[in-house]
Parts: sequence; C-alpha cells; structure tokens
Amino acid sequence: MTDVEKRQDRSPVPTDWTYAPAPESTSILTIEERYGLYIGGEWQKAKEHFTTISPRDESPLAEVAQASEADVHDAVAAARTAFKTWSKLPGAERSKYMFRIARILAERAREFAVLESLNGGKPIKESRDVDLPLAAAHFFYYAGWADKLEYAFPNRTPQPLGVCGQIIPWNFPMLMLAWKIAPALAAGNSVVLKPAETTPLTALLFCDVLRQAGLPAGVVNIVTGDGSTGAALVDSDVDKIAFTGSTQVGKAIQRRLAGTEKKLTLELGGKAANIVFDDCAIDQTVEGIVNGIYFNQGHVCCAGSRLFVQESIYEPVIAKLKQRMATLRIGDPLDKNTDVGAINSREQLTRIEELVEAGKEEGAEIYQPPCRLPEQGYWFAPTVFTNVAQSARIAQEEIFGPVLSVLTFRTPEEAVEKANNTPYGLSAGVWTEKGSRILWMAERLRAGVVWANTFNRFDPTSPFGGYKESGFGREGGLHGMEPYLTFDAAETFGG
Amino acid sequence: MAQAPVLPRGFELPLKQRLPRIGSVDQVAVEARAGELAKRSIKKESKIWALELALRCCDLTTLEGSDTPGKVAALCSKAIRPDPTDPNIPSVAAVCVYPNLIPTAKERLAGTGVKIASVATYFPSGQAPLDVKLRDVEDAVAMGADEIDMVIDRGAFLSGRYATVYEEIVRIKEACGEAHLKVILEVTELGTYDNVRRASLLAMAAGGDFIKTSTGKLPGAATLPVQLVMLEAIRDVHEETGRKVGMKPAGGIRTAKNAIQYLVQVHETLGPDWLTPDLYRIGASSLVNDILMQLRTQRTGFYSGKDYFTND
Repeated sequence: MTDVEKRQDRSPVPTDWTYAPAPESTSILTIEERYGLYIGGEWQKAKEHFTTISPRDESPLAEVAQASEADVHDAVAAARTAFKTWSKLPGAERSKYMFRIARILAERAREFAVLESLNGGKPIKESRDVDLPLAAAHFFYYAGWADKLEYAFPNRTPQPLGVCGQIIPWNFPMLMLAWKIAPALAAGNSVVLKPAETTPLTALLFCDVLRQAGLPAGVVNIVTGDGSTGAALVDSDVDKIAFTGSTQVGKAIQRRLAGTEKKLTLELGGKAANIVFDDCAIDQTVEGIVNGIYFNQGHVCCAGSRLFVQESIYEPVIAKLKQRMATLRIGDPLDKNTDVGAINSREQLTRIEELVEAGKEEGAEIYQPPCRLPEQGYWFAPTVFTNVAQSARIAQEEIFGPVLSVLTFRTPEEAVEKANNTPYGLSAGVWTEKGSRILWMAERLRAGVVWANTFNRFDPTSPFGGYKESGFGREGGLHGMEPYLTFDAAETFGG
Repeated sequence: MAQAPVLPRGFELPLKQRLPRIGSVDQVAVEARAGELAKRSIKKESKIWALELALRCCDLTTLEGSDTPGKVAALCSKAIRPDPTDPNIPSVAAVCVYPNLIPTAKERLAGTGVKIASVATYFPSGQAPLDVKLRDVEDAVAMGADEIDMVIDRGAFLSGRYATVYEEIVRIKEACGEAHLKVILEVTELGTYDNVRRASLLAMAAGGDFIKTSTGKLPGAATLPVQLVMLEAIRDVHEETGRKVGMKPAGGIRTAKNAIQYLVQVHETLGPDWLTPDLYRIGASSLVNDILMQLRTQRTGFYSGKDYFTND
C-alpha cells in the first residue's frame, strides 16, 4: 500500500479499546544542568555533585550538589542569622509570606506536578490531584495560624525554637516539604531542609517560589545530598530535627541526639492493618484496598500493607481484588491514564524483589495481574500474597512497594489483636457499615490514624504520626504546630 | 402487624459464601471512584473508536406528548444515517418512542438494522393496575416494538413491597415474548445508592435483559456514580450466574465527552464484552449531534458550527 492509499484508508480505528497515550508535556519545565545549594537566599556552588535521574527510564535529569559538612554549617549559620529578624516579625507578617507561597504553589502546580512525576516516578494523576493540592493546602492552613498562636495555646506564651533541621523522604517530596516547612515558618522558626537523595528537583524548584514570594534570605535553606549530608545536619548547631523516613535511620538519629538539647520528631515506617468486616460495602472496600496499597506504588509509610479479611467474606473479597488489580494501568508516570508508576530507585526495587522472594519461600501464594512492564526504568507489578502467616517476613517487615499481604480473622477481638501485633503503629483502616464497630475498633487500634471506610486520606487540619516504632510527634493540624514551639520562656534566649 | 414481604428468588440471604449478596454501597467511596474514572484522558484513535461506539449504542429518543408521525419520521432518518454527509458514520442502535408512534417508526426503519424501542407500563409513573400495564406491553409488542422499556413500581419498592415489584417484572417479561425488556429503575426517586443496587438486583433476578437508570422525565437522571453502582450489580450477577445483563443510562447525557466517561466506566468495570449495543445503550437525543461534531473534528482537525448538523 502506498502512503497516499494509507492516508485515504479510513480506518485508524482499533478493534478493541486501547487508550492512546496521553502524556503530560514536559515542555513546561526548565531543568538546570547543574544545581547549587540554596543558602541565605543565594545559590552557592558546591564542590561535588551527583546525577539525579528519572526512574521511568533511568535518563539523567540534572547534576545536583552534594553538600559537605561545611556547606551544612554555612546553611545553619544563614538560618541562624535569618531567625533573629524572622522570629521578631509580627505573626501577620509571616502569614503574608506564607499565603504568597501557597498561592504561587497553586499557580505553578502543573509545573511542580510534572517535575515530581519525572523525578520520583509517581503517576501524574497523583502528583496533580493529591501531592500538589495538598502541599499548597498545608501552606494555606499554617499561614492562618501564624498570627493566632497565642489563641491556639492560651496562657502558654508560645515561642519559636530557632533553627530547624528537616530531613524528608522521596515518596512525597513536595508534600513532605510542605508538612515540614509550613508549620516551622508559621511558628517563627528558620529552616534548613534536606530533600531525599533521589528526589531533589522539586525542592530546588521550590527555591524559585521562595524568591518569587520575596521570603527574607536565609529563612529557608535547601541543602541536597546523600545520607552524609543528613548526618551533618543532625550533628550541626540546630535546635530541632524533624525527620521522616525509615525506622532504622530514625533510631540512629535518636541515638545521636540523646543527651543534647535538640528537640526531635520522627515519622517513620509502618505496616498498617486494613481490616475488612463481612458487612462492608464490598466494591468500595476493594477500591479502598487498592488505594491503600497501590497508591504511589506502595511507597507510603501509612500504606495498608497488611490486609485482614473476615473469613466469612474472604473469597469474594479476594476474587474482586484480583479482578480489580487486572484493570490497573502500569506505565509511564507522565501518562494521565497511569494508575501505578515507576519504583523510585534501583535500591528500592532490589529491596522489594528481595522481600517478595522471601514471601514465596515462606510459602505464601503470589498473584500478579497480567501486565507488560516497560523495559527501561524500575518497575514492579502490583502483587498480592495470600495464605500469609502472621510470622512471615512479608507480614512483619515494611516492604514499601506495591505488595499486599492478606491474612484472615474471625472476630473483632482477633482483628484488633493481630492488627496491633507489630512494632509499628502509624495507621489502620476499618471497613464496616456498622458505625458502633468503627468506634469500638478505633478505640483499640494502636495506630496514629484510623481510617473508616476510606484509606490514605489526608488533610492539613488532621494530625498525623505514629505509635511505637512508627515515631513520635505529630504533623498536621494544631498538633503539628506544637513540636515547632517552646512554651518555656527561659528557652527562647538560645535563639 | 405488617407481614414481611416474601423475598423473590435470587434475593434471598446469602447462604452461600458467593455473590451476589444484596450488600450495600458506600456513597462517598462510590462517588470518588466514579470521579477518578471520569478523569481518563481518551485521545486520538481511541477517542474516535469511543465516539463511534457511543453512536452505535444510542437509543435516539423522543417521548413527548407533542410527538407526531412527522417528528418520528425525521428522527428515524437521523437514526439510520446520523450524518448525511458521511456515509461511514454508523447508524444508532434504536429509536425510542411512545407506543402510538411505533407504526410510523416501523415503516421508516423497515430493512435497516435500527431497532424500535417503546416505553410501556404506564410510563413514566407506573402507577396503574398491573393488567393495564400488561395490556400496554402487549399492544406495543403487537405493533412491532423490538424492545420494551418498562418502569418499575417505585411506590411498591419504596414501601418495601419488593415481591410486588418482582412479580410485576416477571409478568411483563412474559408479556414481552421475543421483545427485549429494559427495566427502568427511575433512580432519582429511589434516593440512595443502596436502593439503586437493590432495585438493580431485583430487576435482573426477575428477568430484565437490561437495567436502565431513568425515564428522562425527572431532573438528575443518570449520573456516573449511579451507573457504577448498577454496573457493579451487573458484574455480580454475571459472576454468580454467567448471565450478561445490559446497561442503559438515560437522561442528562448531552455531550460526547460525558458519553466517553460512561463508556470508560463500562470498560473498566465490566470489561470489553459489554462495549456493544447488545449490552450497552445510551438513552439520549441531543447527544448524537455532539458526537457527530466531535467525530468530524477528529477527522478534519477543526470544529464545524452547530448549523452543519441537522436538528431533528
């Protein structure tokens, strides 16, 4: 057939409905070749750099600075200087800057969402509909508290702490940045923030938002780097460390800070129980299970990674779950129809693969829906394990990937006992149409958040944090203000 | 003391561990899921495919007191060849009219693949004795209707007399003979998703070939979450019995974009088997022209004005 004939042949119509690619354009982005460190409102050159890539195809995106101990020292010093004036500003003035940041973030949301998906691998529909709107909402929310602290904590004379060192993870780079920076600024602190090694780009773009908002120099400083940069920040002259990440690193930080004056909040791992009772609305419950574990490829500290199903409804739930998993669309994070994106890094992929192997060896039954994974980049198919023993590694250890372990229970008491039988305690889910049972369960579950008939739902007004090895301190809501304040007047002179 | 209604077959307690049980629907979650699916981005070839499918699934409808043979004749021409300038555009599935206009439609549609659907059973209220409804159906079938769109007795349903509703559907299905039966739930009047699910299972258990959302006579009519609830009920019946029941949203679907959202939901809930006029219909009138306009835009690359498409 000639080209002309082809053009006249009026049948571009496929026989079955395969959605055409619908990629979000990257033309909106300007990524620098090489980034420095954002210290004292200026870009400072660094000695060493490393390459940050896109996990969707391993293509390099930019060179990012590896901050040394001296760089971290400079950043903390800049924050210390800025703190003197920033903390003296009237609350209403601070909130003015924060409202500006919130509005600029909302205006530039698409740019940030595309960059977030490119650098982190999460589906664009999530960065567009969840990460960025929530990040902006956090700034809006905490901006409102800045001038009302005395009313929020009456008769306690709330005062800022000083310089806050903040270390954030790679699973929700912008959202975690907002969770950390917004309450710190509202309280009158200055900040040195270290983004995760694999996802530094949105934090670096955020520096441009700070410039646009005219935030005074040094109030927020961003230093990129690997774990050594984080360690340097922990050891530096800060007044507080706020860390979100693995329990292992969290424990190391706590050991390091023991005996110092530095305050600490930790938001660590989880192995959440998602508990399904036989009177649940089954189709919506299956949606909730899917959202609980496959949202953001399961890179969620509060992911519902242990599914407890009441035995009387086990078969239909599992059948429907498998059916639903087969409709998940895995692929290019920038495609608007993608449900499950790329695994964030090779390191994480290796860890997921190792634990899945362990699950198979322990005799659990594995199911993965038929799907074609892209050849380049880091990918892992949505996975569910059935016949999982409570003692299995996949039921105990945090996998931080799209892997669900299913267990069963018979009575509400048994569900509570099994759900609480873990060193973690970040979140839990309860699925039942019975209101009284929801309350009964919530009272007994040892988890910072208990979701009822929903999962992975966040709001700036709602506190979030863990029990046991999931950490301490709360983020979000008025509870999230408290760790950034001191109520003892004598302590404030240190600033 | 009021007597508990006798539960019909297929509506008993789930003694087996298998589906369908009547179950319940979580309003917040079902609306969230419908909202998620509505965001699918359908482009290029897949959009053309969807637009043509939507057209092939249309029940082109006129149900007015002012309907005349002239009006219905014009509608039939539109149904056979929706876009006279492009013979490649497929015909719609059916025209949907009141019984009195069946003869006109039959004459016009003879020899084409377009079916005749007629509303019956004291449409749209259904508030008449059963023998009147049965007679209504028998007449429509005798006049040549291929498909009957019946309304359920919402008065009976809402007062908990499920057996009455069920018996009526069974009798009407018998009266239909060879004609296909679509059961209109009139979801706006049912009030809750739980009721929509219950009525859907009831209609399927009683033998309906299709379940349909609305008469089109009330505001609100079809919505994406309502269809999702009905599709999930259809899926449960299929899983349990292997029987494939059709779905027809009707009322309020006016744009091609909206129609594609409905199709995406069917595709991702029931799968590709249901993407055929045999199992999926859209009750609409003004939708057709919007689809034609979008199809022409896809082919030519620019929008034509409304005046380039006929109003029938």
